[in-house]
Amino acid sequence: MEYTERLQHVTVLGAAGKMGSGILLLTAIEMADLSLKPENKGKQFVMNAMDVSDMALSGLMSYLKVQVQKAAEKKVGLLRSVYENRADLVDNGEIIDQYVFDVLSIVRPTVCIEAAYQSTMIFEAIKEDPELKIKIFSHINQNNKKEPWFFTNTSSIPITKLDTEAKLNGRIIGFHFYNPPAVQKLAELIKAESTLKEVEEFALAYAKSLKKVVVPSHDFAGFIGNGHFMRDALHGISEVERLTKNFGYTEALYIINKVSQDFLIRPMGIFQLIDYVGIDVCQYIMKVMNADVKDEEIHSPLLDKFIGLNVKGGQNSDGSQKDGFLKYEKGRPVAIYDINKKSYAAIAEFQAKCDDALGKPPASLQPWKTVIGNPKKEEVFRKYFGDLKSLETLGAQLSKKYAARSKEIGQNLVKDKVAFTENDVNTVLLTGFFHAYGPINDYL
Amino acid sequence: MTKLRRKVYMIAGYNTISMGTGRKEFNPKKERPGLEEYIKEAGQGVLKMIGGAKNVDEAVIGNFIASRFNRQGNLAGFIPYIDEGLRYIPCTRVEGACGSGALALAAGIKSVLAETADVVLVIGVEVQNTVKAIYGADILAAAGWAKERKNGHAYFFPGKFSDRAKAYQAKFDAVKTRKAMARWYRNAIENARLCPTAQEFHNTTEDLDAVGMTPPNPKGFVDSLNVFDCSKVSDGASAIAIVSEEGLKKTGIPKSEAVEIIGFGMAEDDITRTPADLTILATTRTAVKKAFESAGITKDQLGTVECHDCFTIAGILATEAIGFAEHGKGPDYVLAGKTARDGEVPFNTTGGLVGWGHPTGATGVHQAVTILEQLTGKAEANQIKIKPERPYGLSINMGGDDKTLVSIVYKKAE
Repeated sequence: MEYTERLQHVTVLGAAGKMGSGILLLTAIEMADLSLKPENKGKQFVMNAMDVSDMALSGLMSYLKVQVQKAAEKKVGLLRSVYENRADLVDNGEIIDQYVFDVLSIVRPTVCIEAAYQSTMIFEAIKEDPELKIKIFSHINQNNKKEPWFFTNTSSIPITKLDTEAKLNGRIIGFHFYNPPAVQKLAELIKAESTLKEVEEFALAYAKSLKKVVVPSHDFAGFIGNGHFMRDALHGISEVERLTKNFGYTEALYIINKVSQDFLIRPMGIFQLIDYVGIDVCQYIMKVMNADVKDEEIHSPLLDKFIGLNVKGGQNSDGSQKDGFLKYEKGRPVAIYDINKKSYAAIAEFQAKCDDALGKPPASLQPWKTVIGNPKKEEVFRKYFGDLKSLETLGAQLSKKYAARSKEIGQNLVKDKVAFTENDVNTVLLTGFFHAYGPINDYL
Repeated sequence: MTKLRRKVYMIAGYNTISMGTGRKEFNPKKERPGLEEYIKEAGQGVLKMIGGAKNVDEAVIGNFIASRFNRQGNLAGFIPYIDEGLRYIPCTRVEGACGSGALALAAGIKSVLAETADVVLVIGVEVQNTVKAIYGADILAAAGWAKERKNGHAYFFPGKFSDRAKAYQAKFDAVKTRKAMARWYRNAIENARLCPTAQEFHNTTEDLDAVGMTPPNPKGFVDSLNVFDCSKVSDGASAIAIVSEEGLKKTGIPKSEAVEIIGFGMAEDDITRTPADLTILATTRTAVKKAFESAGITKDQLGTVECHDCFTIAGILATEAIGFAEHGKGPDYVLAGKTARDGEVPFNTTGGLVGWGHPTGATGVHQAVTILEQLTGKAEANQIKIKPERPYGLSINMGGDDKTLVSIVYKKAE
């Protein structure tokens, strides 16, 4: 079965979710672009957008319309040649509208799993729950005579486990998009021991067409991205616990969040990142990973406490941030959740005191926003971390320790055969987490 | 027609800010003033200087395509909205794409010449930031022949002038031409930085030459122009009063604050016709020649020029169309600094279309306001020295791809 034929009947499971909607968007555009090629005239392309809620699916269609329009606006020059034989389409506006219609008209929103029985490709982006995934995969597989291929977006569950337990005979691969899929360039590709060669080849062709940077990862729980992120988060949490004795909990959390963002020149502090991903999602991923690691405890009682209090972070359907460790106003953290008082404490109340305790960062510090686009950023980091090295303020100590741990986590991922190379680890952090520099470096 | 049969003056110029990307206060997501606010601001600006609405006999408004940018036609109806005192006076709206502004000036001049009015209020306006650039390109494409739109570039007019740049670079020194386009950009921004109403007034780029030399990106934009070669998407209005000798007296404005219209030339070419030679602005050349004949002057008497640099290449071609440089030597003329503000003939001293902005229907009027200010010594930070042997100013306003042309010769009133 050729690439195009394989993409003629597709189902996205969990299509209305944050990841699913992005995967659906990219894949529906890819399918529409194929359908508009002269050699594919007359061929039917069907994309089932499957989810459990009709309401969420109608929200999905609004999201798709807006996003496809944006995509069309960006490539209108190309679209003018695609529709060059349509005399009725003259203005950019008419061409863009037609393209939006052509993409949306292959999408069939549905809550009925039966629709997937006809699909040759299944993209899965449902809850990070191994049992649920296995149940659905095996159900579809038993009822679908086309021997479909399964692309799972799991960020932590070993693919071999899914393959074996759902009895897919190697018709599965881990294709892990980063959030949001339409924007993030990175995809982690994870083969099970049994993954068929043609499935992998298709995945690479699909990734290339979507202009994704593919980093292969060994099939080990958490893979590279979460393998780093979860341990990085646990380091942050343990540092908060250590500092709580001297500063109090909310102050300690503020300090570590600030160190992991400002002092380490990252796009977000570690607790903001946990909130962004969702405290519940992080808890799930840790649980999955913990089952597979030896001599290591990947678990945080603090996250459990938050879930117990129903403070979960994550995002609203419009993409805005829900409150979690931090409370947000216009996307910016303004307060920190005090687990003892069960309420948010305004950052402004203790910010000055904490900043004083941290001490001033070296003058060579440049914010992430400034440095990320600088082609000579390597020099900036070398200077900054060089200056940091000789500084003994609390801020400098904490950030040096944090950076060293981040590097160690990265190196262990290679040593433990999760990542193939150190460079792959750095690529994942640079492209999937928007870090401005890779954790495995010799700056310190 | 040669010499004008009656004295005609321009006085009391007013420009709104040219609003759009580049201005600090511009936020595409926030609500902004509409067409009517721009017309009102510019109109009232002039009325205040000329003693109020009671002194206005007639008004002309130039606008390209508010019918699509703003869903608004019948723009003459906004003249009385400026001031109640303008209700029931004769008002006309004229359209000639990006040349609408100077067509409005020409209509005003003709009314004074015909003795049907002593004071004509002329306004040019366009509010274009109502749609994204990719849809604005559809609207602006109406300045060309609609039947060419289907096979045209997504960015239709940048595509047209990219073709001109490409042809010029193929025929003459490509690298030098590119450098001259970058220099044109630098001159435009440096002039705009001195003018508080200019769209590029807040521009702080250090190395303008380097930015101007950005290689074109055919995949994302057009083959032979970068985005800095292009005038901007602008909202703005300009206004001025055109008066007879009697009108001047009526408004109470002294001659020292007026320019006299010494002559003007208009020319139109067939919109369905492809230019015979893309490296020449033939209609522009004709209109300028007519303006010189009408005024009885030569290019060597020009102290300043406002030309229609909708794209940097159009500026370079204009230096040749006027006759300052031989065909193929425009880039040398620009690179030698002759068009810079301290050069032989300073061009586009408030930034031109690239630097000040290009609210299409307003541009022709804005050019007249700039020349009025320069020749009467009121250009403030933008002021250039007008040498006694070069007392004349020239404006060239173009609609479409060298189709609708108005060129005017000005001199400080005596």
